[in-house]
Amino acid sequence: MNLLGKLDWNAIPLHEPIIMGATGFMVLVVVVVLGFITAKGAWLYLWHEWLTSVDHKRIGAMYCILALVMMLRGFSDAIMIRSQQALAAGGAQGYLPPEHFNQIFSAHGTIMILFMAMPFVVGLMNFAVPLQLGVRDVAFPTLNSVSFWLTASGALLVNISLAVGEFSKATWWGYPPLSEMQYSPGVGVDYYLWSLQISGIGTLLAGINFVTTILKLRAPGMSYMRMPVFCWTALAANLLIVAAFPVLTATLAMLALDRYLGFHFFSLEGQGNQMLYSNLFWVWGHPEVYILILPAFGVFSEVMATFSGKPLFGYRSMVAATMTICILSFLVWLHHFFTMGASANVNGFFGVMSMIIALPTGAKVFNWLFTMYGGRVRFSVPVLWSIGFMVTFVIGGMTGVLLAVPPADFQLHNSVFLVAHFHNVAIGGVVFGVMAGYNYWFPKAFGFKLDERWGKASFWCWLVGFYVAFMPLYVLGLMGMTRRMQHYDNLSWQPWLIAAAFGTAIILVGVVCQVVQLVVSIRNREELRDVTGDPWNGRTLEWATASPPPAWNFAFQPKVAGLDAFWSSKSRAQATKDEPTPTRKYEPVEMPKNSATGFVTAFFAVVIGFALIWHIWWLAIVGVFGAFMTLLAFSFRRHNEIEVPAEEVARFVRSHQAGVAA
Amino acid sequence: MNIAVAIDQIPQDELPSASEAGPAPKRIVVAYGFWIFLLSDIIMFAALFASYAVLVRSTAGGPTGAQLFNQTTVAIETACLLVSSYTCGLMSLAINSRRYLRTYLGALITLVLGAMFLSLEIREFLGMIAIGAAPQRSAFLSAFFTLVGCHGLHVALGLIWLVVMMVQVAVFGFAARVQHRLLCFSLFWHALDIVWVGVFTVVYLMGVSS
Repeated sequence: MNLLGKLDWNAIPLHEPIIMGATGFMVLVVVVVLGFITAKGAWLYLWHEWLTSVDHKRIGAMYCILALVMMLRGFSDAIMIRSQQALAAGGAQGYLPPEHFNQIFSAHGTIMILFMAMPFVVGLMNFAVPLQLGVRDVAFPTLNSVSFWLTASGALLVNISLAVGEFSKATWWGYPPLSEMQYSPGVGVDYYLWSLQISGIGTLLAGINFVTTILKLRAPGMSYMRMPVFCWTALAANLLIVAAFPVLTATLAMLALDRYLGFHFFSLEGQGNQMLYSNLFWVWGHPEVYILILPAFGVFSEVMATFSGKPLFGYRSMVAATMTICILSFLVWLHHFFTMGASANVNGFFGVMSMIIALPTGAKVFNWLFTMYGGRVRFSVPVLWSIGFMVTFVIGGMTGVLLAVPPADFQLHNSVFLVAHFHNVAIGGVVFGVMAGYNYWFPKAFGFKLDERWGKASFWCWLVGFYVAFMPLYVLGLMGMTRRMQHYDNLSWQPWLIAAAFGTAIILVGVVCQVVQLVVSIRNREELRDVTGDPWNGRTLEWATASPPPAWNFAFQPKVAGLDAFWSSKSRAQATKDEPTPTRKYEPVEMPKNSATGFVTAFFAVVIGFALIWHIWWLAIVGVFGAFMTLLAFSFRRHNEIEVPAEEVARFVRSHQAGVAA
Repeated sequence: MNIAVAIDQIPQDELPSASEAGPAPKRIVVAYGFWIFLLSDIIMFAALFASYAVLVRSTAGGPTGAQLFNQTTVAIETACLLVSSYTCGLMSLAINSRRYLRTYLGALITLVLGAMFLSLEIREFLGMIAIGAAPQRSAFLSAFFTLVGCHGLHVALGLIWLVVMMVQVAVFGFAARVQHRLLCFSLFWHALDIVWVGVFTVVYLMGVSS
């Protein structure tokens, strides 16, 4: 018996210069970061303040950092795809051999959806939702840390696949029979399966946590119809997580049983059913799209209201539209495979349902427009992203309605027209949304604003780059170009693909601007400092506390009497500013204690995943045992809370007030 | 004037409605969160049920449910599980009145009945594998073993959980968080019953009738 399963030195692709170069670069970055932490002597600080933190703000920030790092990884895949297709026309083969190209587009999709967009959206919700609800933390703080670290474990496994073995060549949705052992005997699909399974469980736990938080932990007076719209969209997204992710878990488990134990769910032998996988996958996959876009809608709603200096137009219709989309998202999955061969009536039903989603979405766009109408709009970076979103997303939505017409879909299915459509909504919707949120909440999270000039440069490069990169794909789709081509013979496609590659280069400049923006902002943090805690003249409760907020968020439990709780309290404070401030007695605050449970559990999750990928059975058993013992140890911990003394709370409030007065 | 203070100065004359009452107590939050988890778990089972329903006739020339299922065994299994739910309910009553002996006794009987269910199920599985009706035989058998086995796996995890909880009762007594966890356990155990009713109906009853 081989102690290391399928793992040996051949697993490291030493003969592939591109992969080894990327691996070398990744290792270099890791070594530099670790060296920097060691040189600064920051390990203890990092361990106590971040890695074991159960503070929702810290966990939210870590989610966003993970997302930004993975965005760089996913974006380098995008550059390779676009440059390969720009080159490989006629007899030319480009620089990426087919088996490598297949891994790149599979990794690009997996990373961008599950390890960039998901952590970014969950991170923003983590950071903002408890603050907006006026509470001290989420319902289950330690579970929150476990969720984050499981997501990070999945991301780590995807990155390990670069250096050890290979990644899936079967696309990010892994359709069988291609993803079955018979046609994908390598470890690539296994990396895909276990990284999705581990991070998926983390996401499911986060969903449970947030549904409970939003429904059961709100400041006194905050009824449902007084919740900020971002909390509503977060509620909708997390309900979708709870209702959709278990299906992904079951589906991937079935595929794993096929691959590992020779079951016949989706195989060609034993009367397996390949279309069963497609159905199950998209029963998760389509709600997943809305899990990503709904919180982005929430960000735009907050940004539009704040920077227009007006209450959001049509709050109630916004809530209704959000919940309508939440429900409809479960009734459209079949539009991902109209070509399956279902009857005309079935296709017709799903086509109509898909088109209907445009109605609540359109209502939202009008609400945003009317929010701006008559307001004094300040065109800062979050607003630019929001306006860019509205224009871009409407175009993407319209091509989506085109694709929802089954006869049209029969022509466009699997063409790059589809690729253009979903990038149109994914970049124009989700990426623009998380970028707006990142610029909007950054000062709250870290106490200083992001540089405006570089932020604007980044926005314009992204916007222009997006159009240059993806509009040609619509044309190419209508010209008949299919997706995922490593090379092609039709020379008339090449000019369009060169234009698309040029667009990607413009986006690259945008990404560089973002990195520069962050560096410049950190360097100029003293000038960009936000001492008031309310840099944008905000309307919701997160702006009522200091930037960055203390661990306990609010010295006193806020009480809410209407929508835009902070805005109305500011108006009242203005009206009564001549009256003496009543003195308040500070009370000790009970806070959840730090816990290494999340980090250690995730460590064992990586061990389990890696062992299963390489068939190292004994190590998988060790990992399961370790994870179980970690959770057991946590359940026997005597004290889960610590008390922050009243004096410390008072001291923080005094120093914050002194800062505001100065 | 301090804004954080100002927010607190809102007159609260009228009694707030339930949705305005502020953060719920810990017990409610824990139980509510666990309910949400159970719903997600049931959705996972729904995916397995759906797959089973799609694949039930895909026997690839192998044995069908009517040829394989033994209704006597299944009836005993069902009885074990349903009675264990009853004893689990008795355990909950004992916990509420803080009686140690009755709690341990209720847990013990629940544990024994759960273990009997599991051993019967494992025997059924091994018997099927022995006559060549292994999950690798056909898509139908893959779906059968996965659906029923997933329920069995839940029962096994529930038994481990119950043992851990009894140790916690011994160590911490009826501390608040131990009570919260026992509440979650009983919810879990009853939910498994509900899933089993589905398994019993869809797999065994409908399986032998066709």
